[in-house]
Amino acid sequence: MDTNDLKSLDSIAWCPGCGNFGILTSLKRALVKFGRQPKDLLLVSGIGQAAKMPHYIKANCFNGLHGRALPVAAGAKMANKNLTVIVTTGDGDCYGEGGNHFIHNIRRNLDITLIVCDNQVYGLTKGQASPTTDKGVVTKVQPGGVAVEHLSPLALALAAGAGFVARGFSQETEHLAGLILAGINYKGFALIDVLQPCVTFNKKNTYEWYSERVYKLDKSYKPTDLSAAFQKSLEWGDRIPIGILYSK
Amino acid sequence: MPHEISVRITGEAGQGTQTIGDALAKIFSGAGYHLFAYQDFMSRIRGGNNYFEIRVSTKPVKSPRHRPDLIICLDKASVDIHKKELAVDGLLVVDKAKFALDQLEGFMHDVPFNETALRVANDALYSNSIACGFIAGIAGIDFSFVTRALQDVFGRKSDDVVTNNINSARAGFELGMENPHRETFLLPQPDKDGAAAASGLIDGSTAIATGAIKAGCKFYSAYPMSPSTNIMNIIAGRANEFNIVVEQAEDEIAAINMAIGASFAGSRAMASTSGGGFCLMAEGISLAGMTETPVVIVDAQRPGPATGLPTRTEQADLDFIISAGHGEFSRVVYAPGSAEQAYYLTVRAFNIADKYQIPVVVLTDQYLQDSMVDVRGFDPDKVAPEYFNISKEESAKVSGYKRYALTDSGVSPRAIPSWIQDVIYADSDEHTEEGHITEDAATRKQMVQKRLHKKMHGLLAEIEKPTAVNIDNAEVVLLGFGSTLGILQEVTQALWNKKVGFVHLSQVWPFPSNDMLKLLSDARMIISIENNAQGQLAKLLRRETGIKVSKSILKYDGRPFCLDCVIEIVKPEI
Repeated sequence: MDTNDLKSLDSIAWCPGCGNFGILTSLKRALVKFGRQPKDLLLVSGIGQAAKMPHYIKANCFNGLHGRALPVAAGAKMANKNLTVIVTTGDGDCYGEGGNHFIHNIRRNLDITLIVCDNQVYGLTKGQASPTTDKGVVTKVQPGGVAVEHLSPLALALAAGAGFVARGFSQETEHLAGLILAGINYKGFALIDVLQPCVTFNKKNTYEWYSERVYKLDKSYKPTDLSAAFQKSLEWGDRIPIGILYSK
Repeated sequence: MPHEISVRITGEAGQGTQTIGDALAKIFSGAGYHLFAYQDFMSRIRGGNNYFEIRVSTKPVKSPRHRPDLIICLDKASVDIHKKELAVDGLLVVDKAKFALDQLEGFMHDVPFNETALRVANDALYSNSIACGFIAGIAGIDFSFVTRALQDVFGRKSDDVVTNNINSARAGFELGMENPHRETFLLPQPDKDGAAAASGLIDGSTAIATGAIKAGCKFYSAYPMSPSTNIMNIIAGRANEFNIVVEQAEDEIAAINMAIGASFAGSRAMASTSGGGFCLMAEGISLAGMTETPVVIVDAQRPGPATGLPTRTEQADLDFIISAGHGEFSRVVYAPGSAEQAYYLTVRAFNIADKYQIPVVVLTDQYLQDSMVDVRGFDPDKVAPEYFNISKEESAKVSGYKRYALTDSGVSPRAIPSWIQDVIYADSDEHTEEGHITEDAATRKQMVQKRLHKKMHGLLAEIEKPTAVNIDNAEVVLLGFGSTLGILQEVTQALWNKKVGFVHLSQVWPFPSNDMLKLLSDARMIISIENNAQGQLAKLLRRETGIKVSKSILKYDGRPFCLDCVIEIVKPEI
């Protein structure tokens, strides 16, 4: 099996240069290594740019409502345990509209891999703040700058009891493919939050901005230590860790 | 000797009116009587005032009476709350010593429940069983039926508990036998053949839960909400036996979306809720319509708006349910009128949802959910699950699969992911036959016609026939839907010679317009009877057929109709 076996006939509707392309590449690579047939894979999504991703892969797809990918995925997994279930979603879809499902599906701990394409902005609705937009960022709707604190999704996931928590960067496709494969192989609920530049609406968190800050967790980091994972999950600003923060 | 009596047991929440009620229903049905029992309870766990009322008869009964013949008060507060509702010649039973009453009014009768319980079982808790025994004694029931019922109700507890309950009931039974007013309450012997045909007791919640199990439901998700919660309790209790996944969702939005996910992945799925929860599910209903995913949803109505009266009844969701969810798509809404209909229509709901790949709603209410009746000649195997998806065997032959392939019927063959070799794309966006997102105008038009016009065409041929009784030459035709069937039946029976008939709808969408035109076009006078404030059924009838009702009898105080009250209103119209 190679990436051609996962080729979809649908044409891609993302902006040129979108960070999602790197995530799509990484996901396909991970699925090739994982090796299951397309018929046994189910990609579930909600609404947003990231939620279009299942159409661009040859695999079963349920592209549902905004914010509601996780409950559909949970229902499908409980009904048909043979399916490898992966959710592709965005920061608005998953942490905003679907926040309650995010918390409770971590608790439910079904064998589902959740990939959040986190571009820190609403893309499909043209540039409003998302739950992960940094405080102070100016948008059309927040002309005085975002006044609320940005969400730390990895810390939230750890607090809710997630057993697998990772962060990737869409430009680091090989590294990200490894994280996704580890998430799929993890027997339980796995979160991979992916830093993903929005080239059209996010003028702050650009490829350059992320590249200057991200660093890969090395072998000296022990992802089995929950307290250490908490600390890492809150590291944001000048240095941003990517890799597996926690794996139980 | 009356052929029927109505008994009300009342006390605080937590005093066990429901347990006595269950035992009484078992006693009387075991002895071969017909019965109708329902509960009136407040939205609280302790305190307040609740009651259980049971109407027992040698003839079929399907609705509550206005005034109970016998009221058993378990606490002092109940006396003042209920004494005004006692029937003429009725008896209000009190525990004079326990309630510290100085003197009793003429209609009151003292039974020392507390003292007797302490004497017989050394625990005041057993007052309830004394009350049970007393009622059986005064109505002339053989004590063996009491023993059997109590063993059934308390059988899972220790032998001591069972013995104490039976001994207490016997003490109460003797007090009932000795009662000087016994002649007023003594029931004639029930028809022996009828008793032999009795299939047992059923309430609306049990009917829907067992109907879902019969239909092959394998996935059930819900967020607890009165009065729908009992369906979840019953299915959860039998989930292991029938291999059903029962998932308590974090909210109703999750519940409906989980059910849709499970259905897409190959399981028959249901979600249940009440009006407020259904509001949260509305977008999910629309999703089921768009993705063409079969799903069954139960709306057990309670009075709104907003939180309303959580433990009471209403039929005010009709307008909402037939149009809930944005956009235009096909759906079916059933409105069962009895527990039996609820069972059959729940099975049908699953079959129709599967056949047309649409959301199907079973519209019930607190009154139907919590009312218990005896059933005779009930055949649970009269209905069976019918599956319409591509079977596992056929799946091997599928190639070039398109989830939304255009067909004459509007229904595309539905494959299950991982059963076929191809992959399946389902989408909430407008989509191509392959299931990919499109904005093409021609495709959009074809897909709307598929989901709405073509499927509706098929559904119109599968409408549940309304029940019509005594309508030829009727002076007055009563009209209702859902839980009022029993009232319509009994009022018609009572006023049969005065040319009163009824039409009852157990399916409200698609609306049975052709049937209604046939049944009602020549009616001299139509009176709709509805548990809502607008006459929603009457309005719907006019919208769909042009037929106007002459009058609507509307009740929106959160309580169900009672037989006597409706007769009183209808009579002057004849």
